[in-house]
Amino acid sequence: MFRLLQIELFKIFSRPRTYIAFAVITAIIFLVQIALRFSGREYMDLIMSGVKETFEVPAEEALNGYLVCYIVLNLLLIHVPILVALVAGDVVAGEANMGTLRLLLTKPVSRTRLLLIKFLASSIYTILLLIWVAVLALGLSVLLFGTSDLFVAREVDSNIIAESDVLWRYFAAFLFAAIGLLTVTALAFMLSAFAENSIGPIVATVCIIIVFTILTQMQIPFYDETVKPYLFTTHMLGWKGFFYVRAEEGVTVDGSIEDFPLIVKSGLILIGYAALFVVTAIWYFRKKNILS
Amino acid sequence: MMQKTLLLILLASPLLLEAQSADELLARVRARLEKVSDYQASGKMKTNVAFVKAPIATVKVFYKRPNKLRINNESGFSLIPKGSFNINVGNIFLSSGDFDVIDMGLEQKTGLRVIKLLPRDDESDVVLSTLHVDPRLAVVRKARVTTRENGTYELELSYGRYVDYGLADKVIFSFNTKDYKLPKGVVFDYDGGQKKNENKLPANRKGRVEIQYSSYLINKGIPDSVFL
Amino acid sequence: MSAVIRVRNLSRDFREVRAVDDLSFTVPAGEVYGFLGQNGAGKSTTIRMLLSLIRPTAGRIEIFDLDLERHRHKIMRSVGAIIEKPDLYKFLTALENLRIFSAMSGNRHSEKQLLHQLELVGLRERAHSKVQTYSQGMKQRLGIAVALVHDPDLIILDEPMNGLDPQGIADVRKLIVHLAHDRGKTVFVSSHLLNEMELIADSMLIINKGKKIAEGSKEELLNPTTAVVEVITGDASRATALVHQSRWSAFALPAGEGALRFELEKARIPELTKELVEMGIPIHSIRPRHSLEDLFLSLTAH
Repeated sequence: MFRLLQIELFKIFSRPRTYIAFAVITAIIFLVQIALRFSGREYMDLIMSGVKETFEVPAEEALNGYLVCYIVLNLLLIHVPILVALVAGDVVAGEANMGTLRLLLTKPVSRTRLLLIKFLASSIYTILLLIWVAVLALGLSVLLFGTSDLFVAREVDSNIIAESDVLWRYFAAFLFAAIGLLTVTALAFMLSAFAENSIGPIVATVCIIIVFTILTQMQIPFYDETVKPYLFTTHMLGWKGFFYVRAEEGVTVDGSIEDFPLIVKSGLILIGYAALFVVTAIWYFRKKNILS
Repeated sequence: MMQKTLLLILLASPLLLEAQSADELLARVRARLEKVSDYQASGKMKTNVAFVKAPIATVKVFYKRPNKLRINNESGFSLIPKGSFNINVGNIFLSSGDFDVIDMGLEQKTGLRVIKLLPRDDESDVVLSTLHVDPRLAVVRKARVTTRENGTYELELSYGRYVDYGLADKVIFSFNTKDYKLPKGVVFDYDGGQKKNENKLPANRKGRVEIQYSSYLINKGIPDSVFL
Repeated sequence: MSAVIRVRNLSRDFREVRAVDDLSFTVPAGEVYGFLGQNGAGKSTTIRMLLSLIRPTAGRIEIFDLDLERHRHKIMRSVGAIIEKPDLYKFLTALENLRIFSAMSGNRHSEKQLLHQLELVGLRERAHSKVQTYSQGMKQRLGIAVALVHDPDLIILDEPMNGLDPQGIADVRKLIVHLAHDRGKTVFVSSHLLNEMELIADSMLIINKGKKIAEGSKEELLNPTTAVVEVITGDASRATALVHQSRWSAFALPAGEGALRFELEKARIPELTKELVEMGIPIHSIRPRHSLEDLFLSLTAH
């Protein structure tokens, strides 16, 4: 099993397109960091506009590495799924398109095992991508902008998290983000098992992410009440929940999370979706006639 | 005889205290405050505003006569309410300019002398100030100031070691808050698909900042650059 | 084991089209077994069913005396295949490709062993070149190397000589014969290079429109009691017209320029010759043809 996994990873990382995602992420993060370095004040005014009328806003101190990382994650965790689809959507359909799938399937490896290994390999790629995001978004931001308290703007209020209470939240958030991205991996992987060509699954995954994200964020009551609770994109935002702090009489409680059971529920829903996608992929692929 | 005299004095003291005029009392209060040309105080600040959750901040408060005040968060950063310079009691006198004094007498419950200040200048931002003054210690324990631009704010002060200078151990500053308004689309909250609690925030339009001072460094000199 | 592959009543439908129709055949062990048919006859579909890439609509397949559906894993350890053109990982080198497919077959070959495999197909010098730089013929040879890397007992080759030059074709021919006759492998080859198949196949199966039309050893198929007779004549159009008016029209086959063709029992050849002369048809030569091509064309024309 391990040897087959090595082979799959070797195939993935032998292709230049795999590295495109890492390059794109690097570029986006650098661009955001550069922008905030020079125009951070304007951006701070925007996100602190809720409190600006009542309070003096300490823009310089508030714009620190922790906040830059939060901004980057807000941006990226919509775009990284697209990059994940590039590899996961190709992992089965790409082989069908290349013609290598038929040869693989004449080997003494069951279709179930082959698919599981391919899913595992794509998942490893996704995790590595996320680690890269973490290194640049958190590590580099902290290096460039230092650390201080974290200002988290929400729709109806804002909270400030004490500097010493921030880092563990990022670890938890990245762990949760991994679950979300693995759900996207599973979706792209499933579509890849259905197709003979990787363009279809990649584009389909991207379209699904975009449409669902719009529905999640549109704030139209009709969708909010009907579909939103079931969309995996709704639950992928759960990483933010680690930055929503409980307060007593306006004072934040260090180490607290406003609604941890909700985050757990979202995590389980995402895992459920991922499992459903993978099982569906395997079920379909087992009975598929290989004509490619 | 000595004991009887003392008892008489004690019983009569409220009357004696009442006997001093409001002007005289205010003069004593201001005399204390005038001893301070600058101070640097360490303390802990709590913010209690409906739409802000913040940790208790370790702060340094800098004051320089006549009206420079700065609150610095030593550990991270804090949201400092606009008009925070008003936590300095002396500011009430400063911003009232020339004023008329209205003596409301002793408040039975608290034993404090209630004095209203009415600025003479019609253009003054301050419309009315109501002070609850400790007649014995000659310090302001509570103040309620109504302004044209920023509504009404309140101060509650309690004193300890630094009462001689009229410097409080604890200040509670209550102020009006403006609505929390964030342009749509700037942030997207995580709600797990749950229904939004539309009335989550109470209509409470007042916020509170509470500073517990641990120490003051008085009249040691503070450069102007601190207040920039 | 006398038969390596046993297929019984194999059928495969694709919507309304029956691509393979009640096909039964047996592949003896240690032979080169030719699998012939026109384009679209159902060869690829049959091969894909043998390799469990497609599920049959009906029928049974046994390989190495084991039911394919139940023992696929065990069977595939000893099967090597090329299906249509050999598509490999273009972005990897020949050696890397070989290593991957060797590992997938459950083997651990050293680099030395893998290079030896490449040497067998004449690709040793290009072992570290990416496959995307290979010519079609080189890809074909690499495909054969991949099929053989794990030393399988049954080798299924779908058009293995495609894209090869005459030397390449000769090399593959020699290799196939060597594998079967010297190493005791069973080689199941589909091809439409009939003259090549005639040279190497020990037994054959001919299908048309998904149905079997002939099966047997080469001797049985190419030396039947009937023969295809080719008559070279000076005036083919007049001769053709005369033949069509005669009782021999039922035996006539399509023929090339200046020739007539008949399929009939060998014993009747003298009779035919006599009557053609009596009809006034000038005969320049008359000879029975026993080639596979003739057999194939005659069977598939009906």
